Amino acid sequence: MNIASNEARCTSCHAGYGWKDKNFDFSNEEKVDCLVCHDQSLEYKKFPSGAGYPSKEDKYFEGQLFKKPDFNKSAQSVGLPGRHNCGACHFNGGGGDGVKHGDLDSSLIDPPYELDVHMSKDGGNFSCARCHTTVEHKIAGRCYKTPAFTDRKSVLDDDMVKRISCVSCHTETPHKEVKKLNDHTDKVSCQACHIPAFARKNPTKMYWDWSTGGKLKDGKPYVTMDEEMNRIKYMSKKGDFTWKKNVEPEYFWFNGSMEYTLLTDKIDPSDPPVKLNRVMGDMNDEKSRIYPFKVHKAKQPYDKKNNTMAAVHLFGNDKTSYWKNFHWGNAIQAAMDYMELPYSGEYDFIETEYHFPTTHMVAPAKNALSCKECHSRNGRLKKMAGFYMPGRDSFGFIDKTGFALIILSLCTVFVHGIIRIFSSSKKE
Amino acid sequence: MEKIYLYTRFERFWHWLQGLLIILLIITGFEIHSTYSILGFENAFKIHNYAAWTWLILFIFIIFWMSITGEWRQYIPTMKKIFDVMMYYAFYIFKGYPHPVPKSKRKKHNPLQRITYLAIVSFLIPYQIITGFLYYFYNELPKSMVIKDLSLLGALHTIGAFAFIVFLIIHVYMTTTGHTWTAHIKSMFTGWEEVDNPHEIEEWEVKKQAKAEK
Ligand code: HEC
Ligand code: HEC
Ligand code: HEC
Ligand code: HEC
Repeated sequence: MNIASNEARCTSCHAGYGWKDKNFDFSNEEKVDCLVCHDQSLEYKKFPSGAGYPSKEDKYFEGQLFKKPDFNKSAQSVGLPGRHNCGACHFNGGGGDGVKHGDLDSSLIDPPYELDVHMSKDGGNFSCARCHTTVEHKIAGRCYKTPAFTDRKSVLDDDMVKRISCVSCHTETPHKEVKKLNDHTDKVSCQACHIPAFARKNPTKMYWDWSTGGKLKDGKPYVTMDEEMNRIKYMSKKGDFTWKKNVEPEYFWFNGSMEYTLLTDKIDPSDPPVKLNRVMGDMNDEKSRIYPFKVHKAKQPYDKKNNTMAAVHLFGNDKTSYWKNFHWGNAIQAAMDYMELPYSGEYDFIETEYHFPTTHMVAPAKNALSCKECHSRNGRLKKMAGFYMPGRDSFGFIDKTGFALIILSLCTVFVHGIIRIFSSSKKE
Repeated sequence: MEKIYLYTRFERFWHWLQGLLIILLIITGFEIHSTYSILGFENAFKIHNYAAWTWLILFIFIIFWMSITGEWRQYIPTMKKIFDVMMYYAFYIFKGYPHPVPKSKRKKHNPLQRITYLAIVSFLIPYQIITGFLYYFYNELPKSMVIKDLSLLGALHTIGAFAFIVFLIIHVYMTTTGHTWTAHIKSMFTGWEEVDNPHEIEEWEVKKQAKAEK
């Protein structure tokens, strides 16, 4: 789904303080909201669809009160960003708690030790910026095509490393008890073993079916709840959701880079799911590791003739916005026109996949994956081919020959013994 | 029938410890190889490593003991009568004929045993130690080394393991071929072996030993 044509809603996070129209200059640094990151009064909140501005008076959004901020109080409280500041956007990406990332949700504002050893008060009590170090407001982290950590160095070796990774603080050989684990770190990422499951406290959205959107009750949009998860299950505006807790990640070779399917890229509708982003990496590449992912699945509209994904104009008080009018065709047309992209006028829905790397919610060491989670025939790495792993793989020919020889020698000694018994009894 | 003291205390100790270690290594090894799941991968892995290190130390002690006691001479290979021994196990044993090369204090092993044990001590065990070490230190191997793929080491080490199992089966069976079914096993516990007809050491056996003693 797209930001363009929905800016009023999306710019509450995606940088754009005071967004008004298409001509907003996203690169102007003065148009960045300082307080959202630096407020420490815990009261500064933006109105969700207020186009990047906080609201000027108290207003309600989906039944929740958003107070007009007390700018004086907020401005006096400015400090280094805390987890709740960063979380305002990063926990709520996609329009709600835990919608996008499986490892970033509001449970990390005050996580128990079991959930996150670093950010828990009982552990490191790290702020996000402890790991996401900043140089002149450029926050270190994976950023689209840039690989995450090309230099795996410990701060002990070089205290000017640009990007903090697990290795920066722990080195590549942190294991003292089971030394063999250190032999893994050249192939298996720390996260693969130390994040046994994501969304361990709050649920995360695993499936989003846009195609069922637009159902109305008495001519009005409605919402149903998933009681068990305490999350929305169906919403006329957005379709059906599936929420899950404690989800086992999927594993891929990852070198820190992703490739994205853009709205201008051709897709192959005969081979769903469409991978909206592709995890880059290869087992023969020294920089790649086996890395855990949340694979977010969805059913989204695409252009049937042009074979491209389709943008949708969701938000707005106008005649085409989907959330007002519930007409896919018009909403797609409006968004594509706005972005000056070709649209054939025919759409359908297609299954998609989006990969989110899992790197937060590091569990205590005692909860790390046990060997057999990977080293067994039906272990977590069952699907990863191309390399030999003890406990998972065997050798067809050698094993068959070996067992045949064992059986042959057993038979030989058995027959030999029988003949001996037989002949000695005959003698007596 | 006469009793002779054939196996010293240390000899019996290393024999049985070695046997125990081999069985442990086989059981845990094939679990690591994903053939079955009994102890769990981690336990299997740990026991396998402890057993392997223990055996390495024991093996060094055995070699040391052999060289200072001169017992290594018991393993000098000979082709003489080897054919007779083979024929005996293949045919004459069923007729109750006496063994062509009976045991005596200065020659514990018949020619067939000599060759088998020598081969195991000098080829199979070192082979398994080397492939095992390469496997264990696979990550530390210099990048330029030919062995880059763990599956090759896994395969070689597995082949060695099968060879041990086949040896073990035949070896255990052969212990029943004494003058009673359990005579050999008993002597491996007590050290005393009952020898059928205490007969002279033959010329060729002594000569070889005398030569070696020089
Ligand atoms: C223990 C260190 C640590 C802490 C604390 C931490 N992060 Fe991260 N974070 C990482 C690492 C490591 C990565 C992945 C490496 C990279 O991309 O450079 C990452 C990646 C990310 C990403 C990119 C995710 C993606 O899809 O690629 C976001 C967003 C993020 N962190 C947000 C946060 C927020 C918000 C907080 C605070 C609530 C936080 N992080 C706290 C270590 C940390
Ligand atoms: C900024 C330095 C820093 C970074 C980056 C960092 N850690 Fe830590 N880590 C710590 C500290 C400090 C502790 C001890 C926290 C405590 O319990 O007080 C810790 C604790 C841990 C523990 C718990 C050990 C135990 O005894 O249970 C694990 C596991 C761990 N880290 C793994 C990771 C992984 C995986 C990453 C990368 C995602 C990572 N760390 C990144 C500093 C760091
Ligand atoms: C193959 C799985 C695996 C990988 C990969 C892995 N770990 Fe661990 N880690 C474990 C297990 C299991 C333990 C608990 C046993 C132990 O302490 O040795 C552990 C323990 C730890 C501890 C606590 C050690 C202590 O002595 O208290 C830290 C810190 C840690 N890991 C950090 C890391 C970092 C950083 C990386 C990446 C460089 C990493 N681990 C990679 C499985 C793994
Ligand atoms: C996250 C999955 C994972 C876990 C958990 C894991 N391993 Fe591994 N292990 C791997 C992979 C992948 C390889 C192959 C990597 C390579 O070829 O270096 C491997 C290779 C090995 C090897 C053979 C190669 C070598 O480096 O020696 C041994 C032995 C091993 N693991 C033992 C263990 C033990 C013991 C544990 C538990 C303490 C464990 N592993 C836990 C994924 C895992």
